Amino acid sequence: MLAYILRRLITIPFLLLGVASVSFLLSQMTKGDPLAALVPERMMSNPEVVAAVKAEWGLDQPLPVRYVVYLGKLVQGDLGTSFTTRRPVATDIAERLPATLELVVAAMIIGTVMGLALGLLSARFRGSVIDSVARIFALIGSSLPIFWSGLILLYLLSVRISLVPGTGRLPPRVDPPPHTTGFYTVDALIAGDVGLFVQALTHLALPAFVLGWAVTGVITRLVRSSLIEGLSMDYARTARAKGAAERRVLVGHALPNAMIPLLTILGFTFAYLITGAVLTEAIFAWPGIGSYAVRAAASLDYPAIGGVTIVGSIAFLLANLLTDIAYAWANPRIKVH
Amino acid sequence: MTAPLLEMTDLRIEFTDADGNRAEALRGVDLSVDSGEVLGIVGESGSGKSIAMMAFLQLLPRGARVTGSAKFRGEELIGMSSARIRKIRGKAIGCIFQDPLSAFNPVLRLGDQIAEAILLHDRSMSRRTALKEVERLFELVAIPQPAKRIRQYPHEFSGGMRQRAMIAMALANRPELVIADEPTTALDVTVQAQILDLLGDLRKELGIGLVMITHDLGVVAGIADRIAVMYGGRIVERGPTDPLFYNTAHPYTAGLIGAVPTLDGTGALRQIEGTPPSIFNRPPGCSFAPRCTVAQPVCHQTDPALRVTGATDSACHFPLTTVTPEVAE
Repeated sequence: MLAYILRRLITIPFLLLGVASVSFLLSQMTKGDPLAALVPERMMSNPEVVAAVKAEWGLDQPLPVRYVVYLGKLVQGDLGTSFTTRRPVATDIAERLPATLELVVAAMIIGTVMGLALGLLSARFRGSVIDSVARIFALIGSSLPIFWSGLILLYLLSVRISLVPGTGRLPPRVDPPPHTTGFYTVDALIAGDVGLFVQALTHLALPAFVLGWAVTGVITRLVRSSLIEGLSMDYARTARAKGAAERRVLVGHALPNAMIPLLTILGFTFAYLITGAVLTEAIFAWPGIGSYAVRAAASLDYPAIGGVTIVGSIAFLLANLLTDIAYAWANPRIKVH
Repeated sequence: MTAPLLEMTDLRIEFTDADGNRAEALRGVDLSVDSGEVLGIVGESGSGKSIAMMAFLQLLPRGARVTGSAKFRGEELIGMSSARIRKIRGKAIGCIFQDPLSAFNPVLRLGDQIAEAILLHDRSMSRRTALKEVERLFELVAIPQPAKRIRQYPHEFSGGMRQRAMIAMALANRPELVIADEPTTALDVTVQAQILDLLGDLRKELGIGLVMITHDLGVVAGIADRIAVMYGGRIVERGPTDPLFYNTAHPYTAGLIGAVPTLDGTGALRQIEGTPPSIFNRPPGCSFAPRCTVAQPVCHQTDPALRVTGATDSACHFPLTTVTPEVAE
């Protein structure tokens, strides 16, 4: 198992090289001119300014040279300097990644717990009202666009009845807890500041729910269909013949089998959300990777785009590896060598 | 005389498919099993032999309508509450299924799956004690290294060992009746013989009633006290094992016997021509008539009742034991 994990880890740099190369080339092929982001419009007519800026950012070099320079810096963990923030992209991302991770982890917990619960309920009472309600709830979550459900819930729960605070990770002018994990909720607890923890948690609740609801839909459907399939298998009949009640067959026999496809989807969804939480982050003014990526794309900030791509790819590769490990654990028929 | 361990009277099963077509899968079956007795039920796929047993254990899929009576120790099972029948399933009646690879849960350890059978009926027992009991059961069914084996998964067992584990599970709660549904079908011939020997020995040792469901007359020939042959959802011949083989009354039974290879290898195997009737489209007369070599016009019109015909009971207008001259021609 350890050898397998090591072997998988060794392949990651090579995959990243591919990702970096493709993202570099694609960004060079776009028609947009990064100078527009770098040079104020009224200076554009001044060839000296343009040449100076080009030289400063290395844009005067031919493509292969820029490629080698880019890769050389990348190996050292240098993702370049953002055109717009004028700060190292790595610093920008390191600052924003924990916010996204906190949001995504919370959404995954909500989505998994709700999805499992609803999937179990609708499989246990399939064809009944409970089944229909659970499935409709899940369907709404996965079909409502987040920019709509997020805005509506924000309006209803925050503006109208003040159940939850507004956007952002903390109220304005409240200092974040000392940085340990970058998760404000966890850091507040570590600092022993319960008041701050509650503030961070209530700010997290609504965006995490909106994102988690979308995840719930996918998981509910998967869990429900896997469980119903499991209930019709021979092993379910065997369990009944042993004297097991239907609930016991569902939880003790069908559920462990349903974990196998579920883990695959969970790993994939988690990796997807690292860069896919864009809309949620935008609506809730959540200072994460997604909103950073949107701004970078809008202003043709190549270094930032490349940085987000690399970080997103690492997240994907790691999530895939973790999924495979979890898969081998859930399915004893898989032997890893 | 005491009541039989299991007594089925006029057991019928009707299915309704998605299009609303109704089909009678079981058309009035009368059978009984006494304590310590081995009953063989023989028939082709679709003859109703398995679902008859699944019916009174209430293990049939939804959509099956079961009527008639099935009494276990005098207690009616048909229509029994699911809470009550769960106390009987796996406790007083153990089941052995065909193909133990799919019959066991692939992601759970075998020891735990068998311990579950014990724990479901004894809430006070600890998991550790139950696993000790599983080890003892594995010894009983001759699975080597039981302490190691109980921690393994079904795919780590060979077919024969899996079937032994299945037998151990059926015996876990010292049942009075064991229903074995094609217990040897998925196995190699040599392993088949071992499993049959094991079943026979255990039955004698533990004094349990055993119902052996199989499509292979040869499987039950050596072990059954009585045999019921099923065709088209009913019993076509029923009787003690020896007369059924040597004074066969029903042409279908005779066909099955002709299809069993003999040790000396003399004579070609005979086959029964044709295929069994669809349960959605049964012929009006005897179900076997379209394939029967001695069928007469009456056979295609009226379904014969099961009655005493010589040493066995059979459902045939022209039982072979009382051959009429016109048929013999």
